[in-house]
Amino acid sequence: MELLIYGLINSMALALMALGFTLVYGISRLPNFAHGALYVITGFVVWSLLNELHLPYPASIPLALLGTALIGVLIYRLVLIRVRGLEMSEVIATYAIGLAILEALRWAGFKGMTYSLPVFVGGSVEILGVPVDMHRLLILGIGALVFLAIWAFTHFTRLGLALRGIAQDEWAAMMLGIDSDFTATVALAIGSALAGLAAVVLLPLGNIVVEAGYNVLIFAIAVCIVGGLGSWGGVVLAAFIIGFAQIISVKYIASHFHMVVAILAIILTLIFRPSGLFGRQKELEERV
Amino acid sequence: MAEALRKERLDRGIKVRTEGIYAIGHWQEILYLLLPRLLLIGGMLSLPLVLTVAPYWQRVICIVSVYALLSLAFDFLANFVGLVCLGGALFVGVGGYITALLNTALGLPPLLSLPLATVGGAIFCTLVLLPTLPLRGIYFAIVTLMYPLAFAKIIEAFDLFGGTDGMAGVAPLPNQWVEQYLIIALSLGALFGLRRLVNEDIGLVFRGIKDNDQAVRASGIDITTYKAVAVFLASLLGCFAGAYMAHLYMWAGLSLFALDFSIMPIAATVIGGGGTLVGPFVGSLILVPLSELLRAFGTLRIAFYALILTGFIVLKSEGIMVYAQRKYHQFERWVQV
Repeated sequence: MELLIYGLINSMALALMALGFTLVYGISRLPNFAHGALYVITGFVVWSLLNELHLPYPASIPLALLGTALIGVLIYRLVLIRVRGLEMSEVIATYAIGLAILEALRWAGFKGMTYSLPVFVGGSVEILGVPVDMHRLLILGIGALVFLAIWAFTHFTRLGLALRGIAQDEWAAMMLGIDSDFTATVALAIGSALAGLAAVVLLPLGNIVVEAGYNVLIFAIAVCIVGGLGSWGGVVLAAFIIGFAQIISVKYIASHFHMVVAILAIILTLIFRPSGLFGRQKELEERV
Repeated sequence: MAEALRKERLDRGIKVRTEGIYAIGHWQEILYLLLPRLLLIGGMLSLPLVLTVAPYWQRVICIVSVYALLSLAFDFLANFVGLVCLGGALFVGVGGYITALLNTALGLPPLLSLPLATVGGAIFCTLVLLPTLPLRGIYFAIVTLMYPLAFAKIIEAFDLFGGTDGMAGVAPLPNQWVEQYLIIALSLGALFGLRRLVNEDIGLVFRGIKDNDQAVRASGIDITTYKAVAVFLASLLGCFAGAYMAHLYMWAGLSLFALDFSIMPIAATVIGGGGTLVGPFVGSLILVPLSELLRAFGTLRIAFYALILTGFIVLKSEGIMVYAQRKYHQFERWVQV
């Protein structure tokens, strides 16, 4: 029972981490390797707003998310727009930006175990004999809400439909007057804000540390690769597979396996089925 | 109104048709071709002697050469075979651990364990990378990025080879002159060897694979074999660099799998100019001392060169050496349109 509940929560956490990454890749084919850095920086921005400027919690979260979205826009407008289509340059440039953000944060003194965010709701409840924090339950609720919101956004608003159009067939969408650069900017803004949202929701469970940036990036990539790069439905299923695999291996083997599972999932999936478990096979694009 | 001008570029008369073929008619022309090469070779060989006044910087020269080897491997794989390998740390780690094992467990002297670790590590790396070779583009990049992480985490999780403490007590090389000239000579050898190789028949196949692997396949050439050969060559360089590092620091541990060994060579290649082979060499000659100078800034230096890297990718993606070669080999003048 404990496995089931914590596996569920862990899976939702993974899905939240991966959502922004897969959204950006799905819409604009841009691998945003600065994802983990955006996650961490949002955490620190919220912390600073709370503790340095003494803003109330509900005000600092939207502010921080807005800031992160802005960083995403800047990354696209200043850097990615110039190297678009050069896959390797995109990877290296975004990764370098992420590295710069993380190491600058570390230099600025954001290290150690002293930074943490307050939980939204304190206390814990007992579900079928397993004690669970209220906050962890909240993660499940918020995660479901976010997925619902994204689904509604991409199906019922003009902008969301434009994003999906670009994702499905860039050339046809462009002929219908959808600007590819505009949608990519929006995608990066939303994707970055989602990375930030994941941070805001997940960070109260522990400390904010710079290293989390690298781990979140790996988890996000793992979920996206297993689910199939750019496939949105696959992400949820993959998050559950990896989430439960992690919880089970951590319980029965050792706590180090949290990471090992994610990395092995990436390597094995890429070797045996590069388009992911649920992606469509795109033979010539991904392997010879 | 200002006159409309355009810049005209003319090749020097010495160049015949294509890159790398020259018609030489005078000793001055030989000198013209030899000068940059001799400058690099002579400079590298004399640096340890010049720097005897500053022993700390002698160590930096060794690190420069290590990164030069790694960057050469990256450039060769990325720009001549089309395999963008983001996991240079895999080679370093495997080479370092093998040599440390041979040296501490079996007691082999460094001059024996180094070559054994180089060849053995290269075979090992080629074997573990073999299943990933059919992958292309970003998929290959991601999987290679994950390999060193996977090895580091597995060593940590199973507490293998000393676990997080690593293996101390690796024997150093006989003396500091051997230490310095070994790596300098090898990096120069690798540079000119690879330059020769990519213009041989096998290099032609490599470049064919990069440009259009389906066409190469249609010609009845098994591309996986050739990719494996290329990976083997690159991992020879990388594993030697790693094994050398282990002997230099007399220690092998998880930090050999660290991201530095994957990122720095890429930065050096981008800054120096990919696809020239000498570019990565020059790039490491610039970046490594720079990062030593910036050591006082702590981790901010990583942020610095991440930004330099981004700047080069966005604004000057050809890199220094491509630019320099163009200036050296061509006349430029403004002509009226």
